[in-house]
Formats: sequence, structure tokens, C-alpha cells
Amino acid sequence: MSAIILLISVSIFVAACFLLAFIWSAKDGQYEDIYTPSVRILFEDDKETSKENLKLKQKPGKN
Amino acid sequence: MSGIKQKDKCVCYQCGKTCDPDAIVGDGKVFCCSGCRKSYEVINQNKSCTCDDENNLVPDFECSNDSSVFDYLDDTEVQSKIVSFMGNNVSSVNLFLPEIHCSSCIGLLEKLNNYDKGIISSRVNFLQKEISINFDNSVSSIKKIVKLLASLGYEPKINLQENESPKKQKALFKSLYIRIGVAGFCLVNIMMLSLPEYLSVGTLPDIQLKTFFNYLNIFLSLPVFFYCSSVYFGPAWRALKNQHINIDVPISIGIVALFIRSLYEILFFNNAGYADSLAGLVFLLLIGKLFQSKMYDTLNFERDYKSYFPVSVTIKNGTRTKNIAVAKLDKGDRILIRNNEIIPADSILFNGTGLIDYSFVTGESAPESKVLGEIIYAGGRHTGSVIELEILRKVSQSYLTQLWNNDVFEKKSDHSITNFTDTVSKYFTFAILLIAFGSAWYWYSIDAGRALDAFTTVLIIACPCALALTTPFALGNAQRILGRNKFYLKNSFVVEKLSGINEIVFDKTGTITKSSDMSVKFTGGNLKLCEMAMVKSLVNNSSHPLSKMIFDSIKMRELYDTVNFEEIPGKGISGEISGKKIKLGILSFILEDPGYEFYDFRKEISRNVLMTNVILSINNEIKGFYSFSNKYREGLSEVLERLSANYKLSMVSGDNDSEKTNLSKFFKHDELLLFGQMPSDKLQYIKSLQQKGGNVLMVGDGLNDAGALKQSNAGISISEDISNFSPACDAIMDASGLNRLDEFLKFSVTTMKIIKVSFVISFLYNAIGLFLASHGMFSPLLAAVLMPFNSISIILFVTGATNYFAKKRNLL
Repeated sequence: MSAIILLISVSIFVAACFLLAFIWSAKDGQYEDIYTPSVRILFEDDKETSKENLKLKQKPGKN
Repeated sequence: MSGIKQKDKCVCYQCGKTCDPDAIVGDGKVFCCSGCRKSYEVINQNKSCTCDDENNLVPDFECSNDSSVFDYLDDTEVQSKIVSFMGNNVSSVNLFLPEIHCSSCIGLLEKLNNYDKGIISSRVNFLQKEISINFDNSVSSIKKIVKLLASLGYEPKINLQENESPKKQKALFKSLYIRIGVAGFCLVNIMMLSLPEYLSVGTLPDIQLKTFFNYLNIFLSLPVFFYCSSVYFGPAWRALKNQHINIDVPISIGIVALFIRSLYEILFFNNAGYADSLAGLVFLLLIGKLFQSKMYDTLNFERDYKSYFPVSVTIKNGTRTKNIAVAKLDKGDRILIRNNEIIPADSILFNGTGLIDYSFVTGESAPESKVLGEIIYAGGRHTGSVIELEILRKVSQSYLTQLWNNDVFEKKSDHSITNFTDTVSKYFTFAILLIAFGSAWYWYSIDAGRALDAFTTVLIIACPCALALTTPFALGNAQRILGRNKFYLKNSFVVEKLSGINEIVFDKTGTITKSSDMSVKFTGGNLKLCEMAMVKSLVNNSSHPLSKMIFDSIKMRELYDTVNFEEIPGKGISGEISGKKIKLGILSFILEDPGYEFYDFRKEISRNVLMTNVILSINNEIKGFYSFSNKYREGLSEVLERLSANYKLSMVSGDNDSEKTNLSKFFKHDELLLFGQMPSDKLQYIKSLQQKGGNVLMVGDGLNDAGALKQSNAGISISEDISNFSPACDAIMDASGLNRLDEFLKFSVTTMKIIKVSFVISFLYNAIGLFLASHGMFSPLLAAVLMPFNSISIILFVTGATNYFAKKRNLL
């Protein structure tokens, strides 16, 4: 029977990881805008600029 | 000879949305925005845009405003209010751009660094019409960015006041999402662990395993109880402190009973608890809360005059001019007001002639002309050439803004009104407490050990989960349905407010009349075609709004050359066309030239003296006069007819009573028509109706209605462009929806009926539960089946019924 106890502990742990991922995404604001990303993905990236932007974007983004 | 310019609608070549034909034209095609034009060009250039864009960097659209308009953005105090983050070299700013409307806009706005190298990145939130820009302080500035956006056709609406409430709501939503996530996680895992219990009904063979499952259930129900349920405990506790009972109180009692009973059962008897019911209940309740808290991101229901007034104004100091924030204006300052700007404070006209449109502020439909030395009240919109004003009073002490000193604007109305659910739950709570104590007392005399059991069982069974879910789902769904019909409610409780209305008060200007269009009528002798063309040619030289209206009303192509054109502000215009002298203006202006005989038109003119008249003379002969009157919204008379069957109607207007005869056609049943009402009069009128026991719905549009909208039981603000300013209200309605107002009101009444029916159903469920419990059939399994079944069936019934009646009324 200890096998089941172990398995259930592991399964709850894995599920808790997903819960944490969800909380993280909600806190990060992923559910604030549920439309624009779907359009954004269709635009082409400017290859040279996008990489350096990514670095800078992270800094002031949190407000 | 009446008519107005019919705005033909065109379809944007790029995104397919309807737009004005004169919006943006390029390559022989019409586009709705510069974003669409840019996308079209990029596609046509065979996608070689990465290098070509460098050459196309200059915005193609000239900014119509004077470039100094944004000078106030250099002020560091203003900047600190707008900027959301300011670092040593990188700053970020969030701006509201009401013009964002299609996906091309996103494409253009997210590539802003093509136009300004100082912009590091820009991200659009389409639904909120917001852009957040990170920029390099050393290269760019807020002013530069705002100017760039304005030149692209996306002028940001900057408001220094309204930044608080949306952020709070956002935070609320975030925490609600997380709570739902946590509750869902716990629910699923508890149900998985309870599965053996469900299948073997009561007895698990392995005690060790059973103990493990039970304790794990307790562990999982801890976050549900302490974190997720706290949204109910807080309000319930506050309500009890204020000695009243809302729906959160019986819910909290139920949740606490479930939790304590579970702990008791598991810790003392190692029986299965009610953790699954607890998690399921909280999960469903939170979903209901989310469903109810629908809000419209781009609409703001809390605006006062501050967000109508400009942020800054040009102040003249000797010969120098600079821009300062409006709040800093002081008595004696000289300010410059350009065409289409709003007068920020009461002032005296110092230089130039003003033509001030007060329709939004006082309700008067015709613009007033002002001459030197006259007092100009704040809030009017100036049309014409630049004028110079001297400030008489500070902004906060102006005539218009004094309305906001009234007590109505002090109190927070929403808390004082108890809604239907809370009224019911008050009796409900007392009833279940009575039953619970009664059964406990009964069992105490028979078997003292079971008294506590009986007590908690009743509380668990009677937990008003179905009751608590009814209102959020019914009202939330109704709010969504009305929103689809361009009738946007501030929150879902407005549905309930609307259902209790028995009197409706309308404003005139801008509410039942169209704010922009006026109908132009020519009275007098027959004009020849060539004479009409002459009039049109003459008014073409003038930028006066009345001239523009006359110009639009004459449907002719050809235009003659005008010589000796003269415009005397406040009087009229004159000019010579093919040898004939044409004059248009007020009577004294026409009569300046000697040799007039008085025609019988004069009688008619004096009869219409309250209407705005423009008299036409050709070669010293008075031909007749143009009169301007309001145009009423389509379907107005029908909707008023339908409304008058169920509601008492009346109208308050800030305008004069020149339209009284026209209006009495619409208000056929001797309704009260009040004219010349000041904003505070309107407020008092609503108050007097309420004192007589009326539940008043106020329908208005302008700042002059702000007091009445606030005082009324429910205030609807009508707007032709819902992103424009509208005063604080309970609901914002697109002007096209006014002719369906009766449908909306009836639908809200139906929704409340549906809620009442589902209350009865959920009481039945509770009665059945209590019956089963009293026969000793209550068990964790029964609770786990019964409670979700109740809740889900109620949700289905309520949403289904509201959808059905909405379809019946053609609202869906």
C-alpha cells in the first residue's frame, strides 16, 4: 500500500507545480490581455532589433 | 429646402471595417487608419519592408494641432504623473489611445521604434486601447512620443486624474483568477482522493490508506478555507459589524460549518469529511464572482468635469506664451484659446470674438457669440480664431464646477442600497439559524452527543450555494447581453436598479436630439438655383459653424468666386458674387445698409425669435431666413410612446423653449416639459420626484446632467462615440440604442423575475435536503452529489432563461 501513498504524493506534487505555474502566469499579467498576442504573432519580427530589445524589455516592464 | 450632409460609410481596403470616406486615402483606396495604409503599402512592396521602411520613416500625416499643444508635457510634475516607471535612462509610459480599432493599428504601433529611435519597445493592449512604451530618456521624451502618436492619427487621451480605479480592478481580477486556480486544484485532488470513499460507500478496507486520504483532504482544504474563502469572510464580517446581513453571511456560515464538521469527523472518528463539498462550493462561488465582475475596459463610469477639461492651457505672459497645467491657473492670468478648445475657467473675453458652444455644458443648442468684455463661463467649446481671455475664477470655483460641490457627489451610493439578494438572505440566515438551533435543542433532549451533528448538518444542507449563484449568473449574463446591444452597464447590479424604475427623465440637447446634426430650414420666397449656388459660395468662405451647416444643406456642385468677402464676427458675412451683393447674418447687420423695406418675413422671424436665425439678402432685398433646429433621434416618438405605457416621462432641458411645439409631438401625454433648467435645477427636480416616491431613471449626456445622473436611482449617459467623455453614471448607452430603451428596461425586469423564480427553486432544494437530513440520510456522499447538482442546475436554468428571453426580445 505504501506504493500508492508514494504515487499519490508524487502526483500531487506534480499537480502543485502546475498550479504554481498558473499562479506565476496570472501574477505576470498573462490574463490581462487575451487578444493582442493573437494578432502580434502574425507580424514579422525585425531581426536585428528584436534581440537587443528583449534584454531591455525585461527591466522596466514591471510597473 | 432642408437636409444635412449624409455621411456615407466606406469600407477600409485593408481591414474591412467601415470608416469615413474622407478618413485616409492612399493609392486610390480608402483606409480607416494610418496603420491600415502602412500595412497595405508594406504588402504591396513585396515584403521588402525591412530596408524600405528606413525611407518611409517620416509620418505622412500632418498633425492638425499646433505643435505647442503638448508643451505641458515638458513639465516634470506632469511627467511624473503620466510615467509609470522612470529609471536613469529607460522610462516606461502607458497611454490610452482611443483610436486603436483594428489589427493593423497593432502592427503599426508596435513598430514605433521605426519612427523614433529612442523608443525601445512598444506593446499594445488592444482590448484596453492602451499602449505601453519603453523609451530611452536621453534620446526621446514623452512629448516627442505623444507628438509622434498624434501625427500618426492616434492622439493619446491624457488625463491626470483617472488612473486609480482600473488598476485596483485589475489587481482584483488577478487575485480572483489565482483563487479560482487554487480552489480548482484542491477540488480536483480532493475528489480524486475521495473516489475510493464514493465507490465503496463508507468503508475502506485499509485503515492506513483511509487515514492518509483523510488527512491529505484536510491538508488540501486548508488553502480553500483560509485563502479562497476569504473573499466571503471579509465582507460577511464587515456586514455583521455594521449590523446588517448580506448574502456573504450565510455563505460564510455554510463554509465554516463544512470545514469544522470535516475536521471533527476526520480527526475524531477518522470518517470521511466534507472537504470535497467545501472545495466544490467555493470553486463554483468564485466562478460566479468572476462571471459577475464583467467590466468594460475602455469605458469609465466615474468621470467628473476634470476629465472633460483640458490638461493644459496656453498662458500669455507679455509677449511670451507657455503651456501650464489647468489646475495651476490663477485669477488674472491671460490665456489663449484656439479653435475647438474648451474654456477651462470662468473668464472675461479680452481680445477677439468668441463663438462658444455650450451644448455639452448647459444644454443650449445654439452657439453663443461673445464680444469684448463679456464673461465666458467655463466648459464651453470655442470655435473660430484665437481669443485671449483673462481668468476670473480658479477652475475649481467656476460656475460649472460648483455643481460638484453638491452633496450627491460626496456619498458613495452603492453601499447604502440593499439589493434583493441581501434582503432575502437576511430572512434566510435567520431562518436557517432558527432551524439549526431548534434541531440542536431537540436532539439535546434525546441524545446530547448528536446535538452538534444536527446543528452542523442543517447549516451544511442549508448553505445557500444555489441562492448565491443565482444573482451573479443572472445579472452577469444580462449585463453581457445588454453590452452586446451597446448598452454598457457599470456593474451587474445596475440591472436590478433598472428593473425598479417607474419614472424616466430625459435631457434634450444631445440626448433625444443629435448633438452634431442640426436641420437647416429656409423660410421665405423661392430661391432660384443660381441664388442658392451663390449662398453656398458665400458661406464657403466662412468657418462659422452656422455657415458650415448652410453649406452642407445646399446640395449643389458649382461654386462661384466671391469678391469683397467680409466677415463681421457676431453679426454676419457679406460678399459680392457676379455683381450681386449677398449678405447673411442677424437682422441688424442686414439693415445696416439703407433702403430696405420690411417684408412680411419679419413677422415670422419674430415668431421664431428664440430659434437661431440667419437672414439672407441679395441686392438689398430680403429673401428670407435660415433657421436651425435640432434633429431628433430616429425612432424617438415610437420609443416614447411605448415607454409612456409603463413609465411616467418628463423632460428637463437647459435650452430655451423654442422647440416646445415640436417636442409636444413626441411627448403626447401631457408629460412635464421643463426648459431653461440649470444643472442644479435638474438635480433638484430628480430629488423632488424621488421624495414623491419615484424611482427615477435619468437619461442625459452632458456635464449639465451630471448632478441629475448622480442623484437619480439609475443614470444612463447617451453617447455617440462611447470612447468620448461622458459624465459619471450607471450605464453608458450608444446613441443608436435609445430607440430600444423600453426593450432594455423590460429585459431587466424579466431578469429580476428569473432570479425570483430560481430563488424559489433553490429553496425547494434546501427543503429536500433538510427533509433527507431529518430522516438520517445525510452523508458526505449525499452532500457531494446534492450540492454541485443544485448549483449547476441553477446556473443552467438562470443563464438559459435569460438567454431565452433575450432572444425573444431580439437582444441576442
